[in-house]
Amino acid sequence: MATERDLVVLGVGMHPWGKWGRNFVEYGLVAAKAALADAGMAWRDIQFVAGADTIRNGYPGFVAGSTFSQAMGWTGAQISSSYAACASGAQGMQSARAQILAGFADVAMVIGADTTPKGFFAPVGGERKEDPDWQRFHLLGATNPAFFALNARRRIDVFGDTPDDFAMVKVKNSKAGVANPYARFRKEFTLEDFAGSPIVSDPLRLLDICATSDGAAAVIICTPEYAKAKLGTLEGTVRIRAVANTTPTYPQIRLELPDIATDSNAVVAAPALGFKDSVAHNAYEQAGLGPEDLSCAEVYDLSTALELDWYENLGLCAEGEGASLVRSGATALGGRVPVNPSGGLSSFGEAIPAQAIAQVCELTWQLRGQAEGHQVEGAKVGLAINQGLFGHGSCTILSK
Amino acid sequence: MTATERVPAIDGWFTTSEPYTLIGARCTACGTYVFPPRSGACPNPDCDSMELEPTPLSRRGTVWSYTENHYAPPAPYVAAEPFEPYALAAVQLEAEGIVILGQVAKGVMAADLEIGMEVEVDLQVLYRDTDGVDHWIWTWAPSAPEASA
Repeated sequence: MATERDLVVLGVGMHPWGKWGRNFVEYGLVAAKAALADAGMAWRDIQFVAGADTIRNGYPGFVAGSTFSQAMGWTGAQISSSYAACASGAQGMQSARAQILAGFADVAMVIGADTTPKGFFAPVGGERKEDPDWQRFHLLGATNPAFFALNARRRIDVFGDTPDDFAMVKVKNSKAGVANPYARFRKEFTLEDFAGSPIVSDPLRLLDICATSDGAAAVIICTPEYAKAKLGTLEGTVRIRAVANTTPTYPQIRLELPDIATDSNAVVAAPALGFKDSVAHNAYEQAGLGPEDLSCAEVYDLSTALELDWYENLGLCAEGEGASLVRSGATALGGRVPVNPSGGLSSFGEAIPAQAIAQVCELTWQLRGQAEGHQVEGAKVGLAINQGLFGHGSCTILSK
Repeated sequence: MTATERVPAIDGWFTTSEPYTLIGARCTACGTYVFPPRSGACPNPDCDSMELEPTPLSRRGTVWSYTENHYAPPAPYVAAEPFEPYALAAVQLEAEGIVILGQVAKGVMAADLEIGMEVEVDLQVLYRDTDGVDHWIWTWAPSAPEASA
């Protein structure tokens, strides 16, 4: 059951995902105005703005909460800006939630938007020999898909997964994405389409890897008192049960983006829970909920194979059984626990600082029963999980 | 230029003369290992040491996972033109309890690799700069068979 500490999601809004190369601020404005309209609020009512930053269009200080505040018109609101790569939006959620729970604001907007370059994500320019991100590109050519591929290869060789199992994830997600007006790729793929898809980083093909996209998302959250005063009742509102941002525990023995090496377990034994398991565990603990309570989940399918990992990290199935789970149909719409009913990154492509916020938008629509064409029937609890570079694990749980 | 004057693509991470080894760092107090090598605080949260010493790492390890890049990585990678696919391997060093990523020796492709196979450190040219200087990088190469002579 939700408590008075469980904040309310009052409004959500998105700009559709795509690839137009326009200024990211434009997209953010559309998302912000949509969220305000959804909440029935004016911009001046927002007391705190939590921006999720992007780094490719300038430097983080430029691409921040203040960028959107200025674009919407300065109101003297309180502000924060976060950069945590893929988890930036989740950091924004945490910042807004903490500010409200501390009593410094009643209502806040979390917002993120991005414009992405074509092709591989690459580090920002200049010779930065101390930067692990620069090092892995310059010394090894270890792109993001190469890391996804190392992981996928483990699944094949250790668990017996097949490339078809990975393709099943894309088939499932693309089917869901067709009905989502905010998705960039609204085309259904079949297993047969994979044969013609070029290998990017063996064993992963282009269709296994999520694209980079433009997009924006905004969420307005508030105290239950504020929501009650505004809506007259809390009945049917979407509540925030957990926002857990988690770092690894030493030694982190799983090779993760962008590291060239793992920690050493020669002296200190690895923790019982691996990093990604602990990200979900902490959120479940905060919410007082478990995997059996989930109606649906939005997971970061940067690659098809990674989605199978998340099933296991979330406790939807045992380690090594992710492929069986997707094959069983349990994670498709209409299944036991649909995963990525939005169509996932597979249908969206990644707009980094907006993506974790978009996950919250999707869950909100699911819990309200507003996800027309890709609705999880009777959804009561939804979870969103992702991971940002350098150990920003993040997990959000919402319930009705 | 002799082989002993090879220019490393990054300083201090590996030896440039035989026997080729990666160079990590080891905490002088708790004994844990770190790669890439660095100075400063031990990464073990229960160890207060501020002393990490450079140390050669095991020359041989076993493949933890591998892949093969079919597209030229973006800068700051210096890709050959035309681009030739190459393999990367993440290799487990038993004694150090650490997995280290590296390019696989030229010509050894994903189809030649499997998880658990033994590999060892070798060097190859990563790129030639505009002054014609070769910059060297460590690679993982299939282990030479045990000397039979």
